[in-house]
Amino acid sequence: MKPKALVLQARGSNRDLDVMEALTLAGANPVGVPLNELRTRTALFSSFQLLVIPGGFSYADALGAGKLLAIDLSSYFADEIASFVEAGKPVIGICNGFQALIKAGVFSRKNGNGSFPSMTLTFNAQGHFECRWVTIKPVSQRCIWTQDLIDEIACPVAHGEGNYQVSSEQNPSDLEEQIALTYTRSDGTPANGEYPANPNGSLLDTAGICNYQGNVLGLMPHPENHIYAWQHPRHTRGEVGKSGLKLFENGVRYARKM
Amino acid sequence: MGTGPRPPTYGVGLRPLQIIASLDFAKLALYRFITQFRFSDPRAEVYLADARALGFNNLRRITCQDLYFIEGQLSQENCKQLALNLLTDPVSQSVTWTELPASPAELDSDCLILEVVLRPGVMDPVADQIVRAGHELGIDSLHRAATGLRFFIEGVDRAGAGELAERLLANHVIHHWMVGEITPSFPQENGSSGEVEVISVRRLNPNELLALSKERRAALDLGEMQAIQNYFINEGRDPTDVEFETIAQTWSEHCFHKTFKAKIEVSADDSEVQIDSLIASYLQSATNKINAPWVISAFTDNAGIIDFDDEFEISFKVETHNHPSAIEPFGGANTGVGGVIRDVLGVSAKPIANTDVLCFGPKNTDAGSLPEGVLHPRRIQSGVVSGVQDYGNKIGIPTVNGGIHYDKGYIANPLVFCGCVGIAPKGKHRKAPQVADLVIVLGGRTGRDGLRGATFSSMRMDAQTGEVAGASVQIGDPITEKGLIDVITRARDLSLYHAITDCGAGGLSSAVGEMASSIGAEIELSKVRLKYPGLAPWEIWLSEAQERMVLAVPPENLTALQELCDDFDTELTVIGEFTGSSRLVVRYDQHAVLDLDNEFLHRGVPQRRLKAIIKPTPSQQIESQLTDFNAKEILFKLLAHPNIASKAPVIRIYDHEVQGGTVVRPLTGVNADAPSDAAVLKPIGTKGTKGIVLSNGINPEYGKRDAWRMARAVVDEAIRNAVVAGANPERIALLDNFCWGDPLVAETLGTLVEAARGCHEAARLFDTPFISGKDSLNNVYLGTDGRRHAIPPTLLISAIGLIDDIHKAVTTDSKKVGNEIYLIGKFQPVFGGSHFSKITSTAMHEPVPDLHKITPEVYKAFHQAVKLNLIRSAHDLSEGGLAVAATEMCIGGRLGLNLESNVWEDPPRVLFGESTGTLLAEIRKQDKEEFLSLFDGLPLEWIGTVTQKSHLTVLIHGSNVLDVALVDLITAWNTRT
Repeated sequence: MKPKALVLQARGSNRDLDVMEALTLAGANPVGVPLNELRTRTALFSSFQLLVIPGGFSYADALGAGKLLAIDLSSYFADEIASFVEAGKPVIGICNGFQALIKAGVFSRKNGNGSFPSMTLTFNAQGHFECRWVTIKPVSQRCIWTQDLIDEIACPVAHGEGNYQVSSEQNPSDLEEQIALTYTRSDGTPANGEYPANPNGSLLDTAGICNYQGNVLGLMPHPENHIYAWQHPRHTRGEVGKSGLKLFENGVRYARKM
Repeated sequence: MGTGPRPPTYGVGLRPLQIIASLDFAKLALYRFITQFRFSDPRAEVYLADARALGFNNLRRITCQDLYFIEGQLSQENCKQLALNLLTDPVSQSVTWTELPASPAELDSDCLILEVVLRPGVMDPVADQIVRAGHELGIDSLHRAATGLRFFIEGVDRAGAGELAERLLANHVIHHWMVGEITPSFPQENGSSGEVEVISVRRLNPNELLALSKERRAALDLGEMQAIQNYFINEGRDPTDVEFETIAQTWSEHCFHKTFKAKIEVSADDSEVQIDSLIASYLQSATNKINAPWVISAFTDNAGIIDFDDEFEISFKVETHNHPSAIEPFGGANTGVGGVIRDVLGVSAKPIANTDVLCFGPKNTDAGSLPEGVLHPRRIQSGVVSGVQDYGNKIGIPTVNGGIHYDKGYIANPLVFCGCVGIAPKGKHRKAPQVADLVIVLGGRTGRDGLRGATFSSMRMDAQTGEVAGASVQIGDPITEKGLIDVITRARDLSLYHAITDCGAGGLSSAVGEMASSIGAEIELSKVRLKYPGLAPWEIWLSEAQERMVLAVPPENLTALQELCDDFDTELTVIGEFTGSSRLVVRYDQHAVLDLDNEFLHRGVPQRRLKAIIKPTPSQQIESQLTDFNAKEILFKLLAHPNIASKAPVIRIYDHEVQGGTVVRPLTGVNADAPSDAAVLKPIGTKGTKGIVLSNGINPEYGKRDAWRMARAVVDEAIRNAVVAGANPERIALLDNFCWGDPLVAETLGTLVEAARGCHEAARLFDTPFISGKDSLNNVYLGTDGRRHAIPPTLLISAIGLIDDIHKAVTTDSKKVGNEIYLIGKFQPVFGGSHFSKITSTAMHEPVPDLHKITPEVYKAFHQAVKLNLIRSAHDLSEGGLAVAATEMCIGGRLGLNLESNVWEDPPRVLFGESTGTLLAEIRKQDKEEFLSLFDGLPLEWIGTVTQKSHLTVLIHGSNVLDVALVDLITAWNTRT
């Protein structure tokens, strides 16, 4: 049976259909559910094996990208999301979905420091939105979305607030084991913070992180926009491979076990 | 498309701007929250760079902070919660707050504070969200909010700071600013006026009629005013202001295209001809004569529609938003994009791609030379580009094709062309309202937005409403429009409505008027939801508030539509019903304020009679061969020219990937930094390998010299760009957008007639039908010399084509060492209107390139080669000619080119002359025979090979006329001025 994926459609989500296409190809059965509908039927959560917060501009990025959606997630679905995560079900937040999850504190490990997240996504170092293809490398075996992936993934970024930074009180190396994907040059060598391989100035070339448990992945790039060979910007030069589909296949394979 | 059957839901719309009834208004306090970044604020550097570019050389530093003003009965705990949980990101920002009034901040003597807030009534979605989210956090006593920016400025005095505000940091049309700390004001909440004025027209003499037209900014001429007068004499009464404004709007140039439908007496040389409607005679007639079976709708709907495959149809519309963009560049461009997206929604299609072509004054224009009240081109460009970016990216539609052109003629009249492509399942678009259907408004609320243009606010509004003047400027809300897309595409799939149209120019008057034009409707204006109270009935009826659609919905479908709207946070308002009476009746609080016969309103406008003079084009001899020239230097100058140089900094801030259908992007090649000729898309959800190709053609340099040849050349350019990328030349449709000066000037109208004739001829030659068009006339300004200046005659042709197999799409980047390069098409390079002439100031009197009749055959042969997979890369020759086209292929492939010819005699002409109908193509050696066999009898020349050595070299008759390193070409092309 195909695992059911809940694709949460917030006010301003816009890559919901893109990720549903990727999930379908990866063998899942994605269902787009508007946030308002979910508010009235929170029990819906438990009927799904995957949770997806897609890209977009929820609430037009008012007060910071993902901020208001994070408040929605915390106000309306805190218990449902917590039990989804604790059950070990795969969760993925892409771009705006990542921004919302990080600002909702989903990736922060509880410590004595109160409830504030210890990491964030802030304005790109270039100071503006940018759309370009990047290469990202799966680096985590802990993360169920990236484990056993060997090849890099080529896919676009399209964001203005994707610069991963950690709180000044936080020692970045303590969070290193949560890094799941890093920006590299197109040949797979580290970006070393250099633009445009690292498109936004993210600390340690971080493109995506997972929670400590490994079932929640957040990433800024859009692997859902590289699931067909013709989407590759150099397909007319005969370049193939580095598809983003395998990331979703990993998540779906894991969800089947749920 | 659509989600299919869905379980019932329970409306819980998250409504912004709820007023909490239990608030004690006397106890409301206003708080100022200031947030700032812990890291350096990336905006600061951008402001500083912009300020320096505008000549503020003493400025040392700008830093900025965000301001939030929140009114409510707030406890300290409430304030803390808002500050830490809502207004800031605790990792990257810090926050302070204080209750107002407060003592001013203390500063170093050399530092000034400048604060900027939105004027009351201007759309402020962030403020709306603060109120909504504050309530979500449980702070019910939060009443309302406003936002602003706070700058610390070092290195200029107060006067300098004020100048900086006016020229960079604020726009008085929408902002209040102050050196020092500011307190915002909110719109006055006075009651609705409901006031209706009766305008006496029956006894006015001709002069008085014209004075009335002028006073109410109706822009109606005497014949039109007399038609109104006669109608009301027959009705035995005078019109209300609602009626008069509705007629003026419906009969406006913008809505009715009076010039394009006029009877024109054309005199040229010794002959005189009469043209009965440019649209009918030249544009529609081309489409009718071509009679392509794959055209589904041309010129009748909100957008042109053509066949895609057995399942889907695709629609395309391009609009201009020039005047609003000149006054408030961000809002103008923003709502231009929003408007054209609604045109596509108006044919029940899902928007899948945006295009934008922009024309600005030169970026290095001396600020002192600007006419009074005109913003600097730099500022217009940055505002317009941000506006396009903001709307397209946020709504989730990829921006995939466009262009930017600079000319002095656009300093006071920038042009902003916004296009949108949509896709819909065939047969689902409904356009016939039925008797008893409800008239429903979906989406945004109604305010004074865009009432008769921004100039109106200053002359008509009194002191009380003056504060709301800024509200008349339109600013978009892409997220609300995204809700419309979600609701409408689903409502279409569920067949919930009988007809749909967008609210654009003329607002409800035009949308409801059009929909009811054959059937009739009754409307109750007091039901329309308002952003703020106090609007007179005519203002509600005419408001151009954004993000609204009007639907005809059978009453039994109302519940289902309401549920969809609840799911996607979209407001639905029933404002009336369709009646079958053939009359449009509008009431306010049950009193009729408009009662007009449809026939009169929609067909009563008298046809205009205009005069056009076609002046002979000046002597046009091909000038003699140029001898003394430095090819390398000229090529560098051409590559660095703003019209030709890389547009990457603009292209990269648009999302061209969202929706996952982009096959060929605006930038291409090894490093994705070379220009594409067209965009290729494969809409996700379609089966098979078919794709859409989008391209454009525009050339104001040609337009200045010869409007007729320009039109033929730009039709060719648009088609060629599409064909080069792989489009089937037999499946291309065109859109026209004419931006011109004052059509009452006979010579100006003459060039418009010539351009329309050129369009007709070129469309016929290529068998490419026009499916939609638009005009923007009167782009004229009063110069510092006291004379009126018009923009260059500017025609944008947008092409939409089909490619059978997206895997065969062709890009412009050279692919492989050893491959051969061919020059395809009738190569007839000339210098008239060329960029070579522009930068060298030579050969200005040559004719501009003309279209050759063999060209369609060339394109068909080229397309056969594409289908056989013979074309490795191809690029059209446009501004800058052969040398620039070859350079761009080299940049894309990061490879060299050796070009040589023994056919041509005149090196500058070969390298830099401009020609229609020609392109460069790269093929493999082993494909040569097959390739050549396709071009039997057609103009084509072998011209060189792709080389490993990263140089562009050109030999003519064995003599080396150009040899440049690729790295230098890349540097020149990436020059940013």
